Amino acid sequence: MGIKKNKEFEINDFPILDQYEGGSIILTQLDALLNWSRANSVWPLTFGTRCCAIEFMAVGASRHDMARFGYEVARASPRQADMIIISGSINYKMAPVLKRLYDQIADPKYVIAMGACAVSGGPFFYNSYSIVKGADHVIPVDVYVPGCPPRPEALLYAFLQLQKKIKREKNFKTRIKK
Amino acid sequence: MAEIIEKFITGDEIKTDEYLVNMGPQHPSTHGVLRLLVKLEGEIVHNVEPHIGYIHSGIEKMTEALSYPQVIHLTDRMDYLSAHMNNEAVCLCIENALQVEVPERVKYIRTIFDELQRLASHQLWWCASGMDLGALTAFFYGLRDREDILDIFEETCGARLTLNYSVPGGVMFDIHPDFQRKVKEFVKKFKKKIPEYDKLLTGNIIFQNRTKGVGILSKEDAIAFGVTGPTGRASGFSCDIRKHHPYSAYPYIKFDEKLGTDGDSFMRWKLRMDEMRESLHIIEQLIDNIPEGDYGVKMKAVIKLPEGEFYQRVETARGEFGVYIISDGKKNPYRIKFRSPGFSNLFAINHIAKGWKIADLVAIMATFDLVIPDIDR
Amino acid sequence: MTNEQLIEHLSKAYPDEVALQGNQYPEITVSREILHAFMQNMKSDSNLSFDYLVCESGVDYPAFLQVVYHLESTTHKHFLVVKSNTENRETPALDSVSDIWPTAEFHEDEIFDLLGIKFNNHPHLRRLFLDETWGFPLRKDFYDDIHVVER
Repeated sequence: MGIKKNKEFEINDFPILDQYEGGSIILTQLDALLNWSRANSVWPLTFGTRCCAIEFMAVGASRHDMARFGYEVARASPRQADMIIISGSINYKMAPVLKRLYDQIADPKYVIAMGACAVSGGPFFYNSYSIVKGADHVIPVDVYVPGCPPRPEALLYAFLQLQKKIKREKNFKTRIKK
Repeated sequence: MAEIIEKFITGDEIKTDEYLVNMGPQHPSTHGVLRLLVKLEGEIVHNVEPHIGYIHSGIEKMTEALSYPQVIHLTDRMDYLSAHMNNEAVCLCIENALQVEVPERVKYIRTIFDELQRLASHQLWWCASGMDLGALTAFFYGLRDREDILDIFEETCGARLTLNYSVPGGVMFDIHPDFQRKVKEFVKKFKKKIPEYDKLLTGNIIFQNRTKGVGILSKEDAIAFGVTGPTGRASGFSCDIRKHHPYSAYPYIKFDEKLGTDGDSFMRWKLRMDEMRESLHIIEQLIDNIPEGDYGVKMKAVIKLPEGEFYQRVETARGEFGVYIISDGKKNPYRIKFRSPGFSNLFAINHIAKGWKIADLVAIMATFDLVIPDIDR
Repeated sequence: MTNEQLIEHLSKAYPDEVALQGNQYPEITVSREILHAFMQNMKSDSNLSFDYLVCESGVDYPAFLQVVYHLESTTHKHFLVVKSNTENRETPALDSVSDIWPTAEFHEDEIFDLLGIKFNNHPHLRRLFLDETWGFPLRKDFYDDIHVVER
C-alpha cells in the first residue's frame, strides 16, 4: 500500500484511492458494510426431501427460531430465495431438478448440506443403487452439517458458520476477478 | 354489439382446451417430493397423474445384504413420522417367527411410545395442513406443543425423530426415571390444547366451506383401493389393526374405533382430531400400570429366522403398515417387502378429485396425509 | 371360516392346485392359466368374498419369478395367501388383476419396474420409480458397478 506513482499501478489497483496513503480503508469498510447486510438477511428456499425436513421445520418454528438470525421466511420460489438447505437424500432422478433450482437462484447464493444423506449419502451409502453419494456431486456446497437428523441447534450453528463465511468475502477489494 | 357481448358471456363460440399443469417435485407444501400432472380445463380438474420416484432409495434391495437388527435402522427412515411403529413391526415379525415371548413391561412401553408417536404425527399433520390451506398460525401452535413430546423421547431414547428404540426381544434401554411423571404432566397439559386447536380451525367458517363435501370417497372405493388409516375410516371402512388383530399391549385396554360416514375432507379432518383424543385416553390407561420386570429378553448374537414366510401388520398414523419377510434360514433375509399405507392411499386421489377445482385438490391432498418416502421406499 | 374350513373348501373347488397351511395363513399356489378366473371367483363367491387386496409383491427365485397376493375379506374376516409362478425368467408374464381390485394396478406397475414381470391386460403399464435406462434392480443377478458401492 502507500502512495504509488503512475508506473507502479497494477491491474487490480484503484488509481484514485491508491494515490493516497491509506486509501484502501474505504474499500474494506464498504466490503464490511456489504457483507454485514448480506449475512444478516439470507432467505432459504423450501427444499426438504426426507426426515431432515422435519427438523428444518422445527428450526423455523417457535422454540428454535431462525427468524432471529435473519433467515426470516422460507420462500417457495427460487427466484426470491438466497440459499438452498438440502435436507434429505438426493436421488438420480431428483438431481437434475436440484441443479435446475440452483441455477434459478440469483447470485450471491449459498448452499448448506444438512444431514448425513446430503453430506455423503448417509445410511444409504452402501448397497443402494439410486442415491447420489453426497449432494456436492451435483451443486457446490458451502457448509456441511452432520447428523441423522442433526439437532436444530446444530443447524443454527451451521447458520452462524455461514454468516462467518459470508463476512469474509471480498467484493470491492479485487476489481478484476481472475 | 349486444350480440357480441352475449356470445362472450354464454361462451358458445369460445374454444377451450385442456392444458397440463405441473405441481412439481419442489413445492411450498410440506408433503415431500411428489410430482402431480394435473389436466385442467379452466379451473376444473379432469385428471391427476402422480409421478413418484424422486426419493426412491432401494431400501428393499438394501435389506438383502443386511442382518435383521440392521434392517430396523432403515425402517425408521421410511415413514419417519411413525418411526417407532415401523421399528415395532419388524421386531414383532422377528419375535413371532422365532416364537419369543417378550416381557409385559416391554409391551406396555412399546404401546405408550406408539401412542405418543401417533400424537406427534397427527400434530405435525395438523400444522402442515393448516399451512397448506393458508392458516400459517396453525404451524406455530402445533410445533410448539410437539416439542414437549420430542423432549420426552429424547430423554429416554436419545433421538427426537428417528427413534430406533425397539430391538428384537425388547427395547434398547429402560425408560428414564422421570418418564412417567413427564408423560402425566404432558397429558394434563395437552388436554387443554385440543379445544384450542378446534377453535382455531375446525370451527372456522372459511375452513368448513373449503372442506365440507369436498373429495368424497365411498366405502366401496376405500376397500377397492385399499385405503386404510384415518382416511379409510372416515369413509366407513373399519380397518383398525389395533382392534381387529391386536398386538403388544392393545388387548389389555379399552378404546373406541372412530368411524365416519360421509367420507369427505371435513370428516377426515375431524377423525384425526378425535384420534388424538383417543390416544390420550389410551396413554392414561397405561401409564400408571407399567409392570416391573426386565426390559428385554436375551437373544442370540446372530439372528437367523427359520425358513418360511412371515407377515406382520401394525397400525401406523397413516394406515396399515405390513412387513413381509421371506427367509431361507440364513442371517440375511431373502426378500423383505414393506406394504406402505401411503402407496395405496395416493392412487385413490385420481378417482376422487375429478370435477373439483384446483384449490380443492390442495384440500384433498392435505387431508390425505401423505409422507412421500413412505411411498417411494 | 377358519383356516381348516378354508383349505377344505379350496381343495374341493380346485383339486389340481395345492392348498396348505403356511406358518400363519393358508397358502395356495395357482397356475398362471387359471389365475384370473380364480381371482374373480375369490371376490365374487359369497362364502369367500375376498374384497380387500392387502399387498401384492414379486419375488425372485432361481428358476422362475413369483407374485404373491395377500387377500383379506372384510365381511368374513379370513385371510388367504395366493402365489403364482411365471414360466421362466427371460419372458415373465402374468395376467393382471387390476380389473378386479383397482389397487392392483399400481402394485403391478411397481413389480414391473423392479422385477420385470409384464402383466397382460393392464391398462397402462409404466415404470414408476426408475426410467427405461435402468435394468431390474430387485433381481438377484442385478449388477451395477457405476451406482452401487458394495460393502
